[in-house]
Amino acid sequence: MLVNWLKRIGTYLLVLLGLSILVFIIGRVIPGDPARQALGPRAPEEVVQALRVEMHLDKPYVTQYVLWLKGALKLDLGKSLMTRRPVIEDVKEFLPATLEIVSISALLMAVGGILLGILSTKYSDSWLDGIIRVISYLGIVSPAFVWAIIFMLVFGYNLPIFPTTGRIGLTITAPPTVTGMYTIDYLLNGDIVGFKDALAHLVLPSIALMLGGLAQAARITRSSMTENSTKDYILAEQAYGIPERKILFNYLLKPSLIPTVSVLSLDMASLFGSAFLVEQLFNFPGLSRYGMQAMLNKDLNAISAVVMILGIVFIIVNIFIDIVVAYLDPRVRLMGGGN
Amino acid sequence: MNNKHEKIVPKRDKYENIKKAWYKFSLNRMSVVGLVIVCIVIILAVFQPIIAPYPEHVGAYVNFKDASIAPNSTYWMGTDVFGRDIMSRIFYAFRGALIMGVGVLAVVVPIGGILGLIAGYWKDKWISTAIMRITDVFLALPPLILALCVCAILRPTLFNSMMAVCVSWWPWYTRLVYGMATTLRNELYVKSAELLGASKGHIIFREILPNCLGPIFTKMTLDMGWVILTGASLSFVGLGEQPPIPALGTMVSDGAKFLPAQWWIAIFPALAIMVVVLGFNLMGDGVKDMLSSEE
Repeated sequence: MLVNWLKRIGTYLLVLLGLSILVFIIGRVIPGDPARQALGPRAPEEVVQALRVEMHLDKPYVTQYVLWLKGALKLDLGKSLMTRRPVIEDVKEFLPATLEIVSISALLMAVGGILLGILSTKYSDSWLDGIIRVISYLGIVSPAFVWAIIFMLVFGYNLPIFPTTGRIGLTITAPPTVTGMYTIDYLLNGDIVGFKDALAHLVLPSIALMLGGLAQAARITRSSMTENSTKDYILAEQAYGIPERKILFNYLLKPSLIPTVSVLSLDMASLFGSAFLVEQLFNFPGLSRYGMQAMLNKDLNAISAVVMILGIVFIIVNIFIDIVVAYLDPRVRLMGGGN
Repeated sequence: MNNKHEKIVPKRDKYENIKKAWYKFSLNRMSVVGLVIVCIVIILAVFQPIIAPYPEHVGAYVNFKDASIAPNSTYWMGTDVFGRDIMSRIFYAFRGALIMGVGVLAVVVPIGGILGLIAGYWKDKWISTAIMRITDVFLALPPLILALCVCAILRPTLFNSMMAVCVSWWPWYTRLVYGMATTLRNELYVKSAELLGASKGHIIFREILPNCLGPIFTKMTLDMGWVILTGASLSFVGLGEQPPIPALGTMVSDGAKFLPAQWWIAIFPALAIMVVVLGFNLMGDGVKDMLSSEE
């Protein structure tokens, strides 16, 4: 079993290596000279040439890649053309915000989706089930940016209970940096007013982000629970007279969650994708907004860094999901890994 | 007489299969609703110049006299800041959306499918490992981010955004077909074809592929919606069809600047995106019912 886990982690490292090659290739397809682009059309040729040498653009591609990878392993990701700072500094500043928003989204998505799915199964074919199914269709078909706009329209102007821009209000000072996640930093600092404000700023963007995944999770939980509920072991339990409630939560739910969890792992990754648009709309200074701006400005170093970080996050999420599935599914646990 | 050995064949309805398929499809009324939505969208897109009330408003048309008019009997969905009819522009934007969906699927399904077949048939060979590891790398990024990455470095056009989505979409088909092919290659009929000395091409394309088609078609119908959604997200950040040609995402992001007073500029295109994706989604469920072998 340990061997299996090691094998899996090895595969993930391989994926990461492949991703770095992919990112490098995408970066080199950029039309035009990155050094020229960085300095603008009016910079003298010698300066551009000097930057080319500094960025190793004069060397063959393979050498460039190896040098870039070596740097990346030492957390030296080069300089951002946008902010004129080392990319790693930008990442340190912006990553916690995105992690904060995405983890709250993921939590709401998982808990909410599964709860709605259970409700939908328990009261199947009633009006509640009907409403949940309509909501989940709406959630699935509308992109996060549409929700973001609707929320901004409703809450920003008609019903101003939640703030729609930034991470904290104008009158509030940022907490001393410990984790970089404002809510946690405020709590560590014992600042309840700040905590409430930071949390309020997270509400709308995180809900806009997660509605699609929530709907998907609810739908899958419902269909998998409905499918399992006709299985023999449930019938046997019903025949023994075990209360429906107990059957539902103790015996039906656990195996039915396996497909939900695998779908959630994909949805968690796509939260980061949607965050690219949603952070931009809510003017939320996170890594995704930074990445979006890097892409629009063709800032190579920043793009590569953001993509690699998202790859690492994806892998961490996957390992976590693997553990959850192993917990839920005795076949995977006992055989040590499944496929 | 030659008729001596004439077989008695029960009279069969020529359209029996189609009727059966339709029956299965229409069992769920929502699938029919989806089909109707999709058909309407296609008709609106194709016959936009005839149907749209102001077909000339799709281009660089300016009429400040009628700028930012709320929905009324002349302009059913209102006008934008340049005085262009939003409904006519949405109909035209459906074209781009459908071209995007069809174009992307036409590229990624064959590529992804063939790679999946190869990897599935020669499982345990190096080629399979190589293909699947590369697939894993592409799957490690959410499709939208990979598409944004590729799109951002190319010049923003509809064609380039289609290419960008293709880059991020093929691995899903590879994985789908790979999963099926690895099971199907052990089926008896495949083994017998091998014993009979059938060529690899015959086995892969005539024995294995036809049995993968059902799930592929189902996924394609659903993916039409998702590809259009991804395309809308790309054009939302300005990486798609360039103005003045209307694209759904661009219309939403342009309109968002005029919220909340001129809400119709953003909300109607946003609704249009939802309706298209909903149509393909509902239809996809129907296709799934239709192609599944369970009675």
